[in-house]
Amino acid sequence: MQTSMAIELTDVSKHFGAVRANDNVSLSVEAGTIHGIVGENGAGKSTLMSILYGFYQYDKGHIKVFGKDSNFQNSREALAAGIGMVHQHFMLVEPFTVLENVMLGNEGGKLLKEGRDHARKELTRLADEYGLSVDIDARVSSLSVGRQQRVEILKALYRGAKILILDEPTGVLTPQETTELFRILNALKEQGVTIILITHKLQEIMAVTDNVSVMRAGKMVAHRRTAETSKADIAELMVGRKVLLQVDKDDATVGKPLIIVKNLTVKDDLGVERVKNISFEVRAGEVVGIAGVSGNGQSQLLEALSGISRIHSGSIEINGTEVTRSKPVNPERMRELGLAHVPQDRHREGMVGTFSAYETAALGYHNDKDYNGRFMMSRRKVRDYCAKLMDAFDVRPRDPDLKSANFSGGNQQKLILAREFEQDPDILLIGQPTRGVDIGAIEFIHRRIIEMRDAGKAVLLVSVELEEIISVSDRVLVMCDGLITGEVPAAEADEKTLGLMMTSSSANNDASADAAIGKSEVSA
Amino acid sequence: MSQNQGMPFWMNAILLPFLNLVTAFIAIGVIFLVIGVDPIEATKILVLGAFGYEEGIGFMLYYTTNFIFTGLAVAVAFHAGLFNIGGEGQAYIGGLGAGLACLTLGQWLPGLLIIPIAIVASAVFGAAWAYIPAVLQAYRGSHIVITTIMFNYLAAALMVYLMVNVIREPGQMTPQSAEFDQSMWLPSMHGLLANFGIEIESSPLNISLFIALLAALFVWLFIWHTRWGYQLRTTGSNARAAVYAGIKPSKMIVLSMLVSGGLAGMVGINEILGVNHRLLLDFHMGYGFAGIAVALMGRNHPVGIIIASLLFGILYQGGAELAFEMSGITRDIVVVMQGLVILFSGALEFLYKPWLMKLYLSVSGSSTAQEYA
Repeated sequence: MQTSMAIELTDVSKHFGAVRANDNVSLSVEAGTIHGIVGENGAGKSTLMSILYGFYQYDKGHIKVFGKDSNFQNSREALAAGIGMVHQHFMLVEPFTVLENVMLGNEGGKLLKEGRDHARKELTRLADEYGLSVDIDARVSSLSVGRQQRVEILKALYRGAKILILDEPTGVLTPQETTELFRILNALKEQGVTIILITHKLQEIMAVTDNVSVMRAGKMVAHRRTAETSKADIAELMVGRKVLLQVDKDDATVGKPLIIVKNLTVKDDLGVERVKNISFEVRAGEVVGIAGVSGNGQSQLLEALSGISRIHSGSIEINGTEVTRSKPVNPERMRELGLAHVPQDRHREGMVGTFSAYETAALGYHNDKDYNGRFMMSRRKVRDYCAKLMDAFDVRPRDPDLKSANFSGGNQQKLILAREFEQDPDILLIGQPTRGVDIGAIEFIHRRIIEMRDAGKAVLLVSVELEEIISVSDRVLVMCDGLITGEVPAAEADEKTLGLMMTSSSANNDASADAAIGKSEVSA
Repeated sequence: MSQNQGMPFWMNAILLPFLNLVTAFIAIGVIFLVIGVDPIEATKILVLGAFGYEEGIGFMLYYTTNFIFTGLAVAVAFHAGLFNIGGEGQAYIGGLGAGLACLTLGQWLPGLLIIPIAIVASAVFGAAWAYIPAVLQAYRGSHIVITTIMFNYLAAALMVYLMVNVIREPGQMTPQSAEFDQSMWLPSMHGLLANFGIEIESSPLNISLFIALLAALFVWLFIWHTRWGYQLRTTGSNARAAVYAGIKPSKMIVLSMLVSGGLAGMVGINEILGVNHRLLLDFHMGYGFAGIAVALMGRNHPVGIIIASLLFGILYQGGAELAFEMSGITRDIVVVMQGLVILFSGALEFLYKPWLMKLYLSVSGSSTAQEYA
């Protein structure tokens, strides 16, 4: 077959010390297609892309780009060969304008003006050609995340990229922005640009790619035509065993309300209202999911409920104890009231990376009588306790002395969940339980949450993953701009309606919502 | 992917400081050659000065005692994420506390009672001097580096005022207090050992060394084996996680600085109660700042700090000997020597780290697992 190949990798290997990050990986990407690469964390996707982009040099194998042998020593060489990369975390200078960002590193000419005029002309042409409208003179900091991503794409195109690598591009986008991104990707494809999409979200693979390659443990395990495969098939290839994508659960048997929020308003450090006069309840034995694009007040809500930040007005009742502005309750007291909190950002809040696992296991419960004497904290007892947690939640490796940062994301999360769940709380606040967690562990975590529900706990789940919200919760609340913009029983919720509530700005984008990501496959 | 990344403990804690030290000595050797001093001969004098005779050893351990106190002080603050540069001032004021206890209570209480009171007073005064910057940092956000360093100057000015105008022995021209009664002197090492029939030459070394070692034990227990130490380290490593866990970072900042200042203040035990037996000016000079290098070199661990303190004790005593013995070497060159050791083991602490890391990885085949997701 002599269709032109944009990229051909043959038996590429890369090892870091004894670990084979890429083991004889072969991959062919046809020019002018969208090619998905999926795999769990640590499967070697990012290493492979870093090799393609010249960050790492491979140990052996061959790489051909547009038929030409290549071994890039740095990203400049990769760019020259036509490979551009859009990173998961944008590499933009926020106070600069779009134009300045695009020019950065490519200023051209002795005077800035020459380069700027040239760049302006070129950028306008590119934006027209690919349908990537952006205000060239807007400051990047004033753009929405979706727009910023567009600038990243423009930047790559401006430098002559014919092959575009996107690393987890949708992690920060709303469903509507995601749809818009996919429209752009398709438009780019029409224009002959080759796109490599790295993701762990299977529905995106199904929605937008032509071909998909699956990586597992550093090896390429399968190549498929997207049209000829299914989500369940890919999930199984990724994990190496059958995976339950849907959470099995019975109907909830609810009891009395354990969290009662009345007219709650919370301000952030700058005095901006982030939660605006909201009211809701969470009853024993149910999971209430809070859907929303991140940054719409969910964090502030969780912080208020867990006692981390003071509330501005209104009241919260936790397990019968009322909290108001004049009667604040600190996080320690909240825990005594039977509230456990799995924070949204485990690296920055839920654990201390430099601590051993057993020290992280005591975080928040460091005054526990079980391992504290009058003066001394028994490290042996904390260690034993941590070993118990690790057994209960299958944390690997089962080594309480290992540094917390050295566990994989999924195992860190399991350790934190174990710490909070095993205290047998009445109320659970859970933020982003599966962010950056492998598919196998996601299944496990969801099951544990349902078990807590069935044991009569009141669970409040905050997540940006709509699929997770819909499948785990019993009721879904949607937050947008600090308000609750909708409430739906989970059984009646779907991504399209939730997505619209999440932007709350009514239904003027029917078209984009229609294209919403392959829902038909959700129940695979 | 959870391989043990980075270097093994022994490389980081032993090999790296050792290499830094060797580099410092090579640099010193070059300077000696330039000024026409034989480095081998100089090394001999330095080592013999510190180890060659009983009095030298005594002096060396007496210096070591001070470094242990100030090194521990820096380390405790560091574990809470704070850089306490104010050891200098805290040590000075700590000495004032010890001296005042002796001067004011001396006429009413027996020496045996005064000594423990003075020891406590040195720690309390040192802690109090650290308390103000701590509160300013915790509740007003004034940067602790700036405030503690300013408090060093305040301490110096305050002491000059007090020594000249208030505490000076009447009828004396020198700004120093009257000598304390001998019953308030901390037992010297040669005096103590004489009780057991062991005769050694007299030196400033006194039982403060044991107090310093006890302080090291205390710091070890406090930081790693109490819940306060746990909260303090949590605050220092990840303040947001501390807030999440219900720990108040502001409280931890104050607590750690109180302990830190108290430890620095205990320099006063050695200097005032143990050696000078009177209040005077500038007894603290340089120990507070050297404590930073000691803590860095000792990796903020009590055991490491004791070892680093010994090294600095050797440098101080051996260096003094060197200045005395060799005509080409002045007191200033000794300061340069100490400076180079501080430079290479403190400021350039990780000079060899990337290189050593590479070497280690290529030899051991362990991984930088974190680099790929």
